[in-house]
Amino acid sequence: MSGVHKSYALDGVKVHALRGIDLSVPQGEYLAIMGPSGSGKSTLMNILGCLDIPDEGSYLLNGEDVSHMQGDELARLRNREIGFVFQNFNLLSRTTAIENVETPLIYAGIGKKARRQKAQDMLQRMGLGDRIYHMPNQLSGGQQQRVAIARALVTRPSLLLADEPTGNMDSVTSAEFLNLLEKLNIEDGLMIVLITHETEVAARARRRLTLRDGRLET
Amino acid sequence: MMEWGAAIQLALSALWRNKIRAMLTTLGVVIGVASVIAMVSIGSGAQKRVAEQMESMGTNNLVVRPGSTFHGGVQTGAGTSQKLTREDAEALRDIPGVVAVAPSVRATEQLRYRGTNWNTDIEGVTPDYIAVRSWPVEEGSFFTDQHVASAAHVCVLGRTVVRELFGLANPIGESILLKGLSCNVLGILSTKGASPWGSDQDDTVMMPITTVQRKIRGITHIDRMEIQTSGREASFRVKTEVTRILRQRHRLQEEQEDDFRIFNRAELAQASEESARVFTWLLGSIASVSLLVGGIGIMNIMLVSVTERTREIGIRMALGARRQDILWQFLLEALMLSCAGGILGILLGLGSATILARFSEFPITITTWSITVAFLFSALVGIFFGIHPARRASSLRPIEALRYE
Repeated sequence: MSGVHKSYALDGVKVHALRGIDLSVPQGEYLAIMGPSGSGKSTLMNILGCLDIPDEGSYLLNGEDVSHMQGDELARLRNREIGFVFQNFNLLSRTTAIENVETPLIYAGIGKKARRQKAQDMLQRMGLGDRIYHMPNQLSGGQQQRVAIARALVTRPSLLLADEPTGNMDSVTSAEFLNLLEKLNIEDGLMIVLITHETEVAARARRRLTLRDGRLET
Repeated sequence: MMEWGAAIQLALSALWRNKIRAMLTTLGVVIGVASVIAMVSIGSGAQKRVAEQMESMGTNNLVVRPGSTFHGGVQTGAGTSQKLTREDAEALRDIPGVVAVAPSVRATEQLRYRGTNWNTDIEGVTPDYIAVRSWPVEEGSFFTDQHVASAAHVCVLGRTVVRELFGLANPIGESILLKGLSCNVLGILSTKGASPWGSDQDDTVMMPITTVQRKIRGITHIDRMEIQTSGREASFRVKTEVTRILRQRHRLQEEQEDDFRIFNRAELAQASEESARVFTWLLGSIASVSLLVGGIGIMNIMLVSVTERTREIGIRMALGARRQDILWQFLLEALMLSCAGGILGILLGLGSATILARFSEFPITITTWSITVAFLFSALVGIFFGIHPARRASSLRPIEALRYE
């Protein structure tokens, strides 16, 4: 990512959220991006996650230039290359754990049987093999978060993006979650970008960057 | 690209999550489709009844009556010309497309049998008449050409006359008194029922045309003739030909008007059937207004649903749903609601039409086309009213949808 600028209008006032971001994340990296609120973290996360495109500058994901892509191409990239873990996990409510995990596979056009199998395997790996038909509200916070990770990883993306993932967790589940990320990074070589404002959380990453007023500091 | 099976399943489970709401939304379409089906069934029933009545009149027939005449610049009323004769009728037999020609004269006389009197129409006709009017004799027999040639004192009675004069007794072989003539009853006509304009067609007596002409009215002309043609198409061609031949026979000059009038029953039938069809359309279109209201109900609920599920839409987009995946999900939901409404509405409509037919005088005709059209229309309503909410859902921006509380 180089020379990325992004601004948006908030209540009619133009906010220059990103003012020239240069960032390169190698394969297998575990990176934490920190910053106070209003520093442009969410905007950066949206661009990294292909939810939005930069106004200026370029963003290459696995060698593909994302900067000029249109809606459907971005959707395809999000589906294949990126796994999201949101604050509050954003599971589909009143939808079983396995259906939640199957959702990205549906949009990848994978057949029913293969879908079920992959989702089941992934939930099993997350230690939720006996909870696959539970609704999100029947699961604890830690379990919900593992469903969210299973959903993020089921398409075997090259990048896992976590936006304030521990924001709503107690310290025990938060620690479990960070252990899980570490394990995935070490064992599977998964590239992880974590966005947080908690220093303890960021401390677990291999590399840390701080975002301030739309610019990155090391 | 998303699979169809998966898309349908998504839509179904979304509807299942809000069962009550889905059912209530469907109700609008159910009522709309049911009323379209019921109304069209009533309308086509009426249409069929009209067609049957027309059939009983003989729809392929032309009726020729004398026209008005000029007497020293004064035009007299229709039917006053005395120029139409049995010879004219004979001359028309050979026109291609003509099956039979039945001349007739009419009189109103009092009948007497023992102590009972009854005033009725006397029709002087030839044996062709019952074929032309497709009005068979039910008991006994009709008079023959022989009777016509000899102006015999014989008659055939309509059902109403039999009832009034004889009650339950058998009239065949009896004699009735008619303007001083004693007439032998040869047979009884089958029941014809009311004419489309409400008169009792069975209140009639048929006699040889010659008997009525000479012995009752003392005339040589005829009052009318009925021409049976081989079909509706032929009737229009025959009408032109009849006009030509009659003008020629009556030696009418180029500038003179016809001294006769031709009524085409086919035209009358067409007009009546047309008005029955308009009636059906009217009922159907009034009913389809309620279908429209049902459709608006679907749109309303789908719009609410899109707003409620903004966050879900955002999550789906983040997970890789393309615009058309979201569009189809919501469109399918609307389509399923309206089609389910269509199917239930058809069942309800058929049910109420059947009940109506059983407990009322209304003739009901259930047509497959009305069912097909109602179903297709309900599907169309789903697409039409579903597309707007679905568009709105699919045009959400993922970041904003995700942040929506």
